[in-house]
Amino acid sequence: MATTTPVRRPGGPRRRPTPAGVAIWGGIALVGAVCWTVLALSRGEEVSALWILFAALASYAIAYRFYARFIADRVLQVDDSRATPAERLENGQDFDVTDRRVLFGHHFAAIAGAGPLVGPVLAAQMGYLPGTIWIIVGVILAGAVQDMMVLFFSMRRDGKSLGQMVREEIGVVGGTAALIAVFAIMIIILAVLALVVVNALAESPWGVFSIGLTIPIALFMGFYLRYLRPGRVSETTAIGVALLLAAIIVGGWIDDTGLGDTLTLSHETLTICLIVYGFVASVLPVWMLLTPRDYLSTFMKVGVIVLLAVGLVLARPVLQNDDITSFAMDGDGPVFAGKLFPFVFITIACGALSGFHALIASGTTPKMIAKESHVRMIGYGGMLMESFVAISALIAACVIDQGLYFAMNSPAGATGGTASSAAEFVGTLGFTLSPDTLTQAAAAVQEPTLVSRTGGAPTLAVGISQIFSDAFGGGLAAFWYHFSIMFEALFILTAVDAGTRVGRFMLQDTIGNVWHRFGDTSWKPAAWSASAIVVAAWGYMLYVGVTDPLGGINQLFPLFGISNQLLAAIALCLCVTLMLKHGKARWVWVPLVPLVWDLVTTMTASWQKVFSDNPAIGYFAQADRYREARDAGQVLAPAKDGGQMDQIITNSTTNGVLQLTFAILVIVVVANAVLVWIRAIRAGGLPTTEVPAVPSHVVAPADFFATADEKAAVREWEQSRLTGSRR
Amino acid sequence: MTALARAWRGVRWYVRELTGEARWDEYVERCARDDVVPMSRRAWERHRADAKEHDPQARCC
Repeated sequence: MATTTPVRRPGGPRRRPTPAGVAIWGGIALVGAVCWTVLALSRGEEVSALWILFAALASYAIAYRFYARFIADRVLQVDDSRATPAERLENGQDFDVTDRRVLFGHHFAAIAGAGPLVGPVLAAQMGYLPGTIWIIVGVILAGAVQDMMVLFFSMRRDGKSLGQMVREEIGVVGGTAALIAVFAIMIIILAVLALVVVNALAESPWGVFSIGLTIPIALFMGFYLRYLRPGRVSETTAIGVALLLAAIIVGGWIDDTGLGDTLTLSHETLTICLIVYGFVASVLPVWMLLTPRDYLSTFMKVGVIVLLAVGLVLARPVLQNDDITSFAMDGDGPVFAGKLFPFVFITIACGALSGFHALIASGTTPKMIAKESHVRMIGYGGMLMESFVAISALIAACVIDQGLYFAMNSPAGATGGTASSAAEFVGTLGFTLSPDTLTQAAAAVQEPTLVSRTGGAPTLAVGISQIFSDAFGGGLAAFWYHFSIMFEALFILTAVDAGTRVGRFMLQDTIGNVWHRFGDTSWKPAAWSASAIVVAAWGYMLYVGVTDPLGGINQLFPLFGISNQLLAAIALCLCVTLMLKHGKARWVWVPLVPLVWDLVTTMTASWQKVFSDNPAIGYFAQADRYREARDAGQVLAPAKDGGQMDQIITNSTTNGVLQLTFAILVIVVVANAVLVWIRAIRAGGLPTTEVPAVPSHVVAPADFFATADEKAAVREWEQSRLTGSRR
Repeated sequence: MTALARAWRGVRWYVRELTGEARWDEYVERCARDDVVPMSRRAWERHRADAKEHDPQARCC
């Protein structure tokens, strides 16, 4: 048996910096500093988007090299001589020692989706600077720290879930509150994501056609993999991607045929389609739809990120908006209401700090890690990559004409829905945009209209289409637009399938504690009814969003952002608790600073959304305003009749109650945790559920690229393993 | 040329690992080592798909 010592140990001699290393990192720091300075000092001039891109890349590199390593070595004290759960419990299924680069791919595919593409687009109404700063600073000090620490703590506990860890380490009250919060937040996230798809596809026959075709394509792939060529995933995915691209191209011809009218679907019809789809997808066997769709979605994810990075460098677009707009200061923006603080920090969740990642970092990933030191590369590195996606999306929204941006992103109640009324509305915001320009922009991407295409996806698609057309040429604006809509919808539908399924398992597990039979995930009646409950829950919220006269995105997106970051508060709270319980109060600031910041922003935002007397912001103030008007027999714009007045009152009240509930659940978790903190600090540490150390025999490099020493160690280990097995 | 071939091998290795295709080869190798007759690829893949059925994985926003 091999007993080679692992490559890195905590507290070992620190490597001395080499002159080459100093030169390289000094150079990267210089590039970053120059980019940030240009961004900070440019006022009213043409600013290239590349300054943002390189400021981001340089900052990520430095954070990964220095801060992430500091967290790994000093704060968490990762110990490669300790066997990971994958090594100890290896069963070839969920527990499986996985190559670090492969696991990085799996983890990234699981965390990144449509979120980092949507939030930054909406936040662009406040200018390019607030979003840029929050995405970069947020990911370095909060988002990536959360992902890495949760991954580490879950790994030290055999891959326990976030909810389980909160219950065992904080307490039953906190644990129960966390469990309810996780479930409710997931429902909101699914509803808002589905709303983005509905808004992107409504009245767009081309979009409906090509997205609709992804279902038969995925089914075909599923059957192909199961019956014709079992296991040939790459081959199947290649066929699937080819079919997908064909579906986008053919979609362009649909408008002129008889099918065009049939596929022009209203928001309401699409909502019903999506709800039915969500239910069917979640009860079908995974091999049929979910798994093949996941392959497609992962492939598109990687492809688009690479294309976007190359496209941005080739096109070198110029930012069209101000660094900070007046909406950021006055809080009266049409896309969403509220001032820069706290709303930019909750509009951009994914890409800066996303609580949902804590569910993934405490799910499958910790069970597959080969060496403890890999938490840095996979947890921190994976989140940096998602942040890069968010930065690219922000750039795409900032390089399009700002009149067009506001015409697309303001709710229909404000723009009036036609090109001329939208141009007039945009004029009142201080932008010049002729109705002709709007119509031409829509014609260029072959859409009936671009007015009030809220939700972020169409705006991003216009931005990407512009960047790709500039970068690669060829007059393919319409193709690139629909290509972007396609991949975003693909991510979202995958998230909806998978999320509904996870929600169903959570529900079955919870009810199974009381009624044992219901917990059996193979028992059809339980599976079907649990799926129906989950779909009904997000379906209702989706319906609320779609039919809201005030604009669903305008109303629901803040709820989505706040809930995602409240989940992050729960995750960071757990990290602080564990730091104190492990007697590492000295380093507790690492998770505590992001936790405090996150609580300040989310609680301020929650407070404003619940108690603000400004009807544009406070849900209850909004409901009151419309209730008083209704009782006085009036109809307030944008409502057109009494029915819509009632709708606004019901929706706003529902949103307000949900918002309040989430905030209270998080306060319960935090309060419970503070009690544990006090006890832990007094005692200088408390016992935890950490699994005792077992010596590791696996040898693997620590970072993306192996050093010469690491390669030699791996070779030696593999050699000894071979001779060992022959004996 | 060798650099190109190495790069191609690397990409191929990565894709096969990521999609899980390499797992089948590992299984066959393991069976050969232990002198066991491996089950058919169809049956083996089906077994893996069934395991996935009861282990849902969230996809984030």
